[in-house]
Amino acid sequence: MTETRTASRVDDTARAAGAVVLTDVVKRYGRGPGAVTALDGVSLSVEPGSFTCLLGASGCGKSTLLSLVAGLDDLSGGSIDHVDQPVAMMFQESALFPWLTVQGNVEIAMRVRGVGRAERRRRALELLETVRLTGFAHKRPHELSGGMRQRVALARALAQDASVLLMDEPFGALDAMTRDLLHDELERIWREQGLTVLFVTHNVREAVRLGDQVVLLSSRPGRVLNVYDVELDRPRRIDSAPVAALAAEITDALREEVSRHAN
Amino acid sequence: MTAVKTEAKAVVPPVDDEELAAGRASRPRGKRRLGPGKPIPLAFLIGPLLLLGVWAWGSAAGWIDDRVLTAPWTVVTTAWERWESGKLGPDLLVSTQRFALGLLFGVLAGLVLALVSGLSRWGEAIVDGPVQIKRSIPNLALLPLLLLWFGIDERMKIITIALGVLIPIYIHTHNGLRSIDGRYAELAETLRLKPAAFIGRVVLPGALPGFLLGMRFAVTSAWLSLVVVEQVNATSGIGYMMLLAGTYGQTDVIIVGLVLYALLGLASDAIVRLIQRRALTWRRTLED
Repeated sequence: MTETRTASRVDDTARAAGAVVLTDVVKRYGRGPGAVTALDGVSLSVEPGSFTCLLGASGCGKSTLLSLVAGLDDLSGGSIDHVDQPVAMMFQESALFPWLTVQGNVEIAMRVRGVGRAERRRRALELLETVRLTGFAHKRPHELSGGMRQRVALARALAQDASVLLMDEPFGALDAMTRDLLHDELERIWREQGLTVLFVTHNVREAVRLGDQVVLLSSRPGRVLNVYDVELDRPRRIDSAPVAALAAEITDALREEVSRHAN
Repeated sequence: MTAVKTEAKAVVPPVDDEELAAGRASRPRGKRRLGPGKPIPLAFLIGPLLLLGVWAWGSAAGWIDDRVLTAPWTVVTTAWERWESGKLGPDLLVSTQRFALGLLFGVLAGLVLALVSGLSRWGEAIVDGPVQIKRSIPNLALLPLLLLWFGIDERMKIITIALGVLIPIYIHTHNGLRSIDGRYAELAETLRLKPAAFIGRVVLPGALPGFLLGMRFAVTSAWLSLVVVEQVNATSGIGYMMLLAGTYGQTDVIIVGLVLYALLGLASDAIVRLIQRRALTWRRTLED
């Protein structure tokens, strides 16, 4: 299923800004007999402006995959094509510099591109408004709640002005209520800005709630087990029946995969 | 503050229903919060003042012989007399100047070496060893050599002080730099920060807590080195004044020198601590 999808879409989508195409991606750590294969021939096509969730048990290499797309790590084989360099990235924790204010954390992403001081300030305040943090510009990260911190991290990722946004379990450390709220916000911002989002999570419902497609990865080595197209109307609710039904189906597949490893 | 509060509540042992009904369940009486508690105003003065009190009391009660340890008030009058007669001012100025210049050059050298060694493996391979060797050699042992190389003028004194200052600045800045969370470097990479911006925005602020701790050791070390250079070979400064007083058996003048060193040391440490508090507001520690 995955192979045919990839093969038919590579040529059309590779050129469009925001498209990400992975072809036979291999990542090994170490050398010789002790080498560990984290990813083994992962092929995946992500259309511009789409929302893709990467789902898998811990140790399936989903974060590794994101690091490879971000260019933080080198490939052992295969290729990753995306027109847009650099991509923006958002982490679960330590995503903000504690010595910078909220505004400083957002501005640092623009500083690199040589954006002028006044323009940086204007854009930072605008982005903080987008993530609904108006009035928090001069706070330090330790004065904010976990959810607010992730909003700042999101504002900073947006400040990079990349069309591809990589998110590595960004809401994993938040409570359910805050997470629900941030799902709504992320969906709104994603649609407004026409971003391509690659979202790593181990939460099946979260993946179904957010994704246009949900990519299920196997563990050790990581391979694409299945790609689910989520054709549910938006905005979705994480506790709605259709989301729960598809989540149950995916959970069964995930469970089978996990138990295969336990035996 | 909130996090500390929650933690303190979490460790409160279960209480019986009566106490719950009385509404005292959240914190039983006499239960201390974990951590050192609220900051005391002017706390850094309390210990030294206590010491001064014991000294004054001992002198007044006649337990301390005036020839062994001059009474505090005699020290004050002696200091005032020397100040009035214009003998203390120049010595004090010369000593402070040596201290400031030695500190300045030592801090700069320590900082540069720590950055070189902290940011590059080759830098560390080249710099770290010699600094550790210097660390194990006391300044006093280096003095004869420094005297031969640089003579007995101000240059030798400032170099000696700077050598003493360099060590703690290097050690603590290097340590602070290497303790920066690796994820911040990763984050800087995803933001495509250039090396200069990485050093300015991530490395220096991240290493600042270590650097300021090093500063506290450095100011003390600068005063210590000052005493050494002023007593071994000098014709001016507080140390020279004390050396001279020793020759003439003027205990009170010696004590004046000691008290001046103590006050200057205490004052400079207080300044560094003030800077620490101001500069590190982004951290939330037991200090606050």
